[in-house]
Amino acid sequence: MAEPVAVGDPMLPKVAEVVARRRELADTWTIELVTEAQGLLAFRPGQFNMLYAFGVGEAAISVSGDPAGADRLIHTIRDVGKVSAALAGLKPGARLGVRGPFGSAWPVEAAVGQDVVVMAGGLGLAPLRPALYRLLAERQRFGRIALLYGTRSPSDILYAKELARWRAQLDLQLEVTVDHAGTDWHGHVGVVTSLLPRVVFDPARTVALLCGPEVMMRFGALALQDLGVAPGAIHLSLERHMKCALGHCGRCQFGSQFVCKDGPVASFAKVGRLLTIKEL
Amino acid sequence: MVTSGDAYVILPAALDGLIQALRADYRVLGPTVQASAIVYDELTGLADLPRGWTDEQAGGHYRLRRRDDGALFGYVVGPQSWKQFLHQPVQPLWRARQSEDGVTFEPPPTPARPLAFIGVRACERRAIAIQDRVLLEGSFADAHYAARRAEAFIVAVNCGQAGGTCFCVSMGTGPKVEDGFDLALTELDPAGEHRLLVEVGSERGGRLMAGLPQRPATAADRDAAEAAVARAASQMGRAMPAVDVPAVLARNLEHPRWAEVAERCLTCGNCTMVCPTCFCTTVEEDLDLAPDQAGRTRKWASCFTLDFSYIHGGSVRQSGRSRYRQWLTHKLATWHDQFGSSGCVGCGRCIAWCPVGIDLTEEVQAIAASEQG
Repeated sequence: MAEPVAVGDPMLPKVAEVVARRRELADTWTIELVTEAQGLLAFRPGQFNMLYAFGVGEAAISVSGDPAGADRLIHTIRDVGKVSAALAGLKPGARLGVRGPFGSAWPVEAAVGQDVVVMAGGLGLAPLRPALYRLLAERQRFGRIALLYGTRSPSDILYAKELARWRAQLDLQLEVTVDHAGTDWHGHVGVVTSLLPRVVFDPARTVALLCGPEVMMRFGALALQDLGVAPGAIHLSLERHMKCALGHCGRCQFGSQFVCKDGPVASFAKVGRLLTIKEL
Repeated sequence: MVTSGDAYVILPAALDGLIQALRADYRVLGPTVQASAIVYDELTGLADLPRGWTDEQAGGHYRLRRRDDGALFGYVVGPQSWKQFLHQPVQPLWRARQSEDGVTFEPPPTPARPLAFIGVRACERRAIAIQDRVLLEGSFADAHYAARRAEAFIVAVNCGQAGGTCFCVSMGTGPKVEDGFDLALTELDPAGEHRLLVEVGSERGGRLMAGLPQRPATAADRDAAEAAVARAASQMGRAMPAVDVPAVLARNLEHPRWAEVAERCLTCGNCTMVCPTCFCTTVEEDLDLAPDQAGRTRKWASCFTLDFSYIHGGSVRQSGRSRYRQWLTHKLATWHDQFGSSGCVGCGRCIAWCPVGIDLTEEVQAIAASEQG
């Protein structure tokens, strides 16, 4: 007889407590959670949790901390709606509901021995950060590593202090671009794909991880494909509305995929054609 | 001793005994006539069944009509399916309480009595199997569906006639219930020697049967039952085109027909509400006046609403064209990739209950024909 995969009610949240909160950007906060509940802390880079703000609602938020030996859950949340505003506003001592972790992961192991191109747009850096932690923790197992990061403006650059630390790391190529900037910005201006010519990597031996607005990921993936990276080696993190994260509510469907359980991380080989179909 | 696979014959009056026996242990649900339709509701006895009624169905059309005999199951399917009892339209998920000590989450009480369904058609039995696959057999099991489904007693009914919107034969889902029942009835000769053939499908079905006045089925009874099912099979009002439907739809996601059907479609979502396999839901916050309490309630949702695909910045599926395409391609194409079968059982409800009579078999035919043309 088959083992039941999940016991209990997977819609019932577990309790966690906010122990730290810091402002990242004008509308974006990072909260750190501790919990005594079993099974919440272990996650794979790219996975997400369903966070419940008491009396307001529940939303899917990617985990953005370091998966290695994590004793806290770290979530970076942009205030874009009622639920995300409530979550981003939770102060130390506040309690919330957590379900997870859910979804597929960045293929960090598959990148061993390969060059890695990480391309992030805006808040898309948050779901990629756990993968970057893993890549940098075992730096010697990978080839060249490049992080290409684009935001709307210099004031939208997430994790700026951490990026400065990474920029000082001589075996990581970090390139940052903004869509528009004032005269006090002396960095690159343009879409994130315009950074690709600056990066040295071997397309035949490269794994690419992309997260950002869908249009950015599509053009990023096409640019990488044009340079010779195989579609199966290009991975994107999709975003769709979710109510359950279990494959039951039907809301996150993208073609045959349930973004919650088949994704959010999916290869361009699998979803590239679907990305070209409007309103799918 | 009555055992699985045996067949017996009972008189219509014996169904009252069946209902009463089930009522000792189950909440018994079955067809009744309410609001000029066949409505599945609690049965208290034989008199609640829609004796002498039939239904007339076409695109956007449903009427109950009197029959000139006393058939108990002489209709096809009404607007509802058993989905409403297993995957409830409104399902409280949990209540949360906040206090100085923190937050607690409490699940709702589990149902007190198991369910018994009387009158489950072949297409409906297949629909339950499909929802089992979606809600129980994936990575996670839905706790609420599981609690209702676990003990559900199924009295199936083989169809002796088909309606104008039926197409189960072309979907391979009927009109005979092949398995997954406790008892299966076939109504015989309602205008003459009115009786029901009962096939036993489970041990508990056999135990129930043993307590009813019955006689073993004869070869003539079995022949009559086969003839009734064959008659229903020959009367199908529709057929799904005999093409590789998932492949045809997957090849034609930008077909002009989507825009054409969107001009007729009201995006009302009726088709998704009456569909016995549509499973999509939303979850809403329940607040009352107590500031320390909150809760979450799950409700049926429809892919025809704008809210369904909303992410920050706007809905993914803005146009009616994209929402109709999502419904049809999910039901008939991507469902195969997700769950290993079509999501359509050929019951025809979405055709009859569409206010403008959109017929999915006709839409598939139009797209398939354009490929050949």
